[in-house]
Amino acid sequence: MADATKQAEQAGQAGAPGQREPILQVRNLVKHFPLTQGLLFKKQVGAVKAVDGISFDLYQGETLGIVGESGCGKSTVAKLLMTLETATSGEVFYKGQDITKLSGRALKAVRRNIQMVFQDPYTSLNPRMTVGDIIGEPFEIHPEVAPKGDRRKRVQELLDVVGLNPEYVNRYPHQFSGGQRQRIGIARGLALNPEIIICDEPVSALDVSVQAQVINLMERLQDEFNLSYLFIAHDLSIVRHISDRVGVMYLGKMAEIGTDTQIYDYPTHPYTQALLSAVPVPDPEAREGRERIILTGDVPSPANPPSGCRFRTRCWKAEDKCAEEMPLLAVPSLYEGEDTPAAHESACHFAEVKQVVGAA
Amino acid sequence: MTQQYEKAAAAVPLLDVRDLHVEFRTRDGVAKAVNGVSYSVRAGETLAVLGESGSGKSVTAQAVMGILDSPPGRITGGEVLFRGQDLLTMGAEARRRIRGAKLSMIFQDALSALNPVMSVGAQLGEMFSVHDGMTRKDSRDKAVQLMERVRIPAAAERAGDYPHQFSGGMRQRIMIAMALALEPDLVIADEPTTALDVTVQAQIMDLLAELQREYNMGLILITHDLGVVADVADRIAVMYAGRIVETASVHELYAAPAHPYTVGLLGSIPRLDHKGKELYAIKGLPPSLTDIPAGCPFNPRCPRAQAICRTDRPPLFDVAPGRASACHFWKETLDDAG
Ligand SMILES: Nc1ncnc2c1ncn2[C@@H]1O[C@H](COP(=O)(O)OP(=O)(O)OP(=O)(O)O)[C@@H](O)[C@H]1O
Ligand SMILES: Nc1ncnc2c1ncn2[C@@H]1O[C@H](COP(=O)(O)OP(=O)(O)OP(=O)(O)O)[C@@H](O)[C@H]1O
Ligand code: SF4
Ligand code: SF4
Ligand SMILES: [Mg+2]
Ligand SMILES: [Mg+2]
Repeated sequence: MADATKQAEQAGQAGAPGQREPILQVRNLVKHFPLTQGLLFKKQVGAVKAVDGISFDLYQGETLGIVGESGCGKSTVAKLLMTLETATSGEVFYKGQDITKLSGRALKAVRRNIQMVFQDPYTSLNPRMTVGDIIGEPFEIHPEVAPKGDRRKRVQELLDVVGLNPEYVNRYPHQFSGGQRQRIGIARGLALNPEIIICDEPVSALDVSVQAQVINLMERLQDEFNLSYLFIAHDLSIVRHISDRVGVMYLGKMAEIGTDTQIYDYPTHPYTQALLSAVPVPDPEAREGRERIILTGDVPSPANPPSGCRFRTRCWKAEDKCAEEMPLLAVPSLYEGEDTPAAHESACHFAEVKQVVGAA
Repeated sequence: MTQQYEKAAAAVPLLDVRDLHVEFRTRDGVAKAVNGVSYSVRAGETLAVLGESGSGKSVTAQAVMGILDSPPGRITGGEVLFRGQDLLTMGAEARRRIRGAKLSMIFQDALSALNPVMSVGAQLGEMFSVHDGMTRKDSRDKAVQLMERVRIPAAAERAGDYPHQFSGGMRQRIMIAMALALEPDLVIADEPTTALDVTVQAQIMDLLAELQREYNMGLILITHDLGVVADVADRIAVMYAGRIVETASVHELYAAPAHPYTVGLLGSIPRLDHKGKELYAIKGLPPSLTDIPAGCPFNPRCPRAQAICRTDRPPLFDVAPGRASACHFWKETLDDAG
C-alpha cells in the first residue's frame, strides 16, 4: 500500500484532474504471450510482448482514452484490468488493493465494480438469450445486487436508462440494430452499479449517426452515475471528444500521456505527431495547408521489438541513442518545471512540441 | 492533346450512371437496394459516394462492374454509360472487354479478394499474360515493377510470397497494384482503407492519389468517412436508402449542405481540431429496404419534415450548376446553413 502511493507519486501525473484520488493505478503492467513450437512437447521459443511495462492512473469520474494502432496491446490492457488475462508481472491497484494478486471472494467483489463494454455489438451478445436474460445475467453471479423477485423490474429500468423500450425484455438480439445492441451491452455493463467501465472500441462498428447517439448516451450516464471510463478506440476524433486525458500506445508501451489539450494541441512524441497528422479532417478548405507526416514501413512484430525506442524503425528523428537506450515515460527535460502544456509525460529522447492539428 | 479536343472529351463523362434500379428478392419480400441512382465521373476526377451502412453504395458499384450477386439481385432499370455506351445493353463480348481492361475495382478486404494459394507475383503476372499476351518472363518482371511502384520493400524477393505473408497495409497496396496493372480509365475503390490503421490509411490514400494523377484516372471512392472525403474528393454524392439525396462539389457541400440528412451527418462527427459539446445525433434508424417510407424516405428522422414530405417523394432539385438536393425544402436548408 505504502509502496503503491510512492510509485504513484513517481509516476507524477502532470495535468491530472485536481487533487482527486486515482481509483485505478496501473504500474509496470506486463503481459507476454508465450510462442511455442512442437505439438506434443510444447517448447517455448519466444514471447509476444503484447503489453510491456505500462503505468497510468484512472481518476474517479474521468474518461481516460487509450489510442494506438492495431496490435499495440490496447485490448490486452483491457483484459488485464478485467482480470480476464493473468498479468506476467506488474500491479493494478483498485482503491489501493492489487487486484492481480486477488482470488476467490475478494476478486469477485472487485470484479463487480469493474465492468466492460465490447466492440462488436453483433457477436458479443448470445443470440439464444433474450435481452432480459442478457442484461440480468450479472445478477446470477452477484445475487446480492438484485434479489430474484426484483430482477425483471431492474432490467426494465436499465433498458429505460439506455433509451430502449422496457417492453423489449423478451426480444432476441437479432431483432435489434447495431446501435440498439450496443445499448444492450451498455445496460448489461451498468447492471451491477460499477464504478469503472472499460470500453473496448464501443462505437467502432457503428454508423456515424448512430455513433453519435451512443457517445451522447455514454456521456450522460457518466454524469448520472459518476462513472470512470477507460475508453479504448482507434478513432482519434472520438477519443478527443469523450476523454479528459489520453494515453498513446505503441508496441506494448505508452508513448505519451496527458490531458486532451496536451496530447492533441501540444504533442511532443513523434509517433503521436504522425498519428494526429494522418487523421483526415472533415474540412476540404484545410486540405492544402496541412502538413502530413507519412510514416514509412510497417509496425514491427511484438515478438521481436526493436532495441531501445520501439518507434525508431519508423521515426524520422531517430539517432544512434534511440537504438541503444530505451526512453522513459517522463516530462521532457526541455519543459521540466515550466508552466506549459508541453510539460507532460512523453517517452522520447528528443521530445519536442510540434503542432499538427489545425495548426494555422 | 489540343485544348479543344480535351474540352470535347471532358464533355462526355467517363462513366454516367442514370436512374439505376436494383432489387433483391429476400425472405422478407423485395428489398429495393438501389432506387434511381444517377452519378457521373470524368477522367482525372474523384467522386466520393458517401452513405451509411446498407444505403446501396456497394450494390451500385457491383451493378456497374457487372459483379452483382444475381440471383437474388436484379437490375430493374437504368443505364450505365461508359464513354457514352450503355454497358447494360451492349453485347456480352464488348462488355467483357471494357470491364476487363478499362474498369477495375479495389475492395475493402484484400485478403478475401486475393487468391490465397497463388503467389502475389504470379497473380499480378497473370493479369499481363491473360490480357496483354505477355510471356511468362516479361509478365513476371512487370509484376515486380508494379510491386515496387506500390512501395513493397524488396519486391523481387517477395514476389514469390503468398497473400497471408504480407501485412494488411501491404496486401491493400498489392490489390491497388492489381487494380491499376492494366492502366484502367476508371477505378472504383469500395472502402479501400476502412480496415486499416490511420497511418497506413494515409500511406494508401497518398499512393492512390499519386497514381490517379499519373494515369489521369476517374476514381469513385466509396466511404462513410467524412474526413477522407474532405481530403481527397472533388465531388460528392450522398446516398440514403438507395437514392442520391445530395450531390455537390466537396467545397460547396461542407460549406453549406442543402439536404437535412447531410446537415445531420456533418453535425454528428466529432472533430479532431477542437472539442465540441454534445454531438448532434440524427434520431432513429435508416429504414428497412423492404418497407421504405412513402414520400421522402428520410421523413421519419427529419427535423424539418412537413405534411408534403410524408406524401410526395422529392425529386433531385437543381440547386446550382452541378449541384442538386432531393429535398422539398432545400432552399430553407441552404439558407439556414449559410
Ligand atoms: N491470446 C493471445 N495469444 C498470443 N498473442 C496474443 C494473444 N492476444 C493478443 N495477442 C497479441 O498481442 C498483441 C496485442 O494484441 P491486442 O489485441 O491487445 O491489440 P489491440 O491494440 O487491441 O489491437 P486492435 O486495435 O487490432 O484491437 C498482438 O500482437 C496480438 O496478436
Ligand atoms: N447478395 C445480396 N442479397 C440480398 N440482399 C443484398 C445482397 N447484397 C446487398 N443486399 C442488400 O442491399 C442493400 C444495400 O447494400 P450495400 O452493400 O450496397 O450497402 P452499402 O451502402 O455498401 O453498405 P456498407 O457501408 O455496409 O458497405 C442492403 O440492405 C443489403 O442487405
Ligand atoms: S526516442 Fe528516438 S526513435 Fe524514439 S521517438 Fe524519440 S526520436 Fe524517435
Ligand atoms: S423532403 Fe422533407 S423530410 Fe425529406 S429531407 Fe426534405 S424536409 Fe426532410
Ligand atoms: Mg483490440
Ligand atoms: Mg458496402
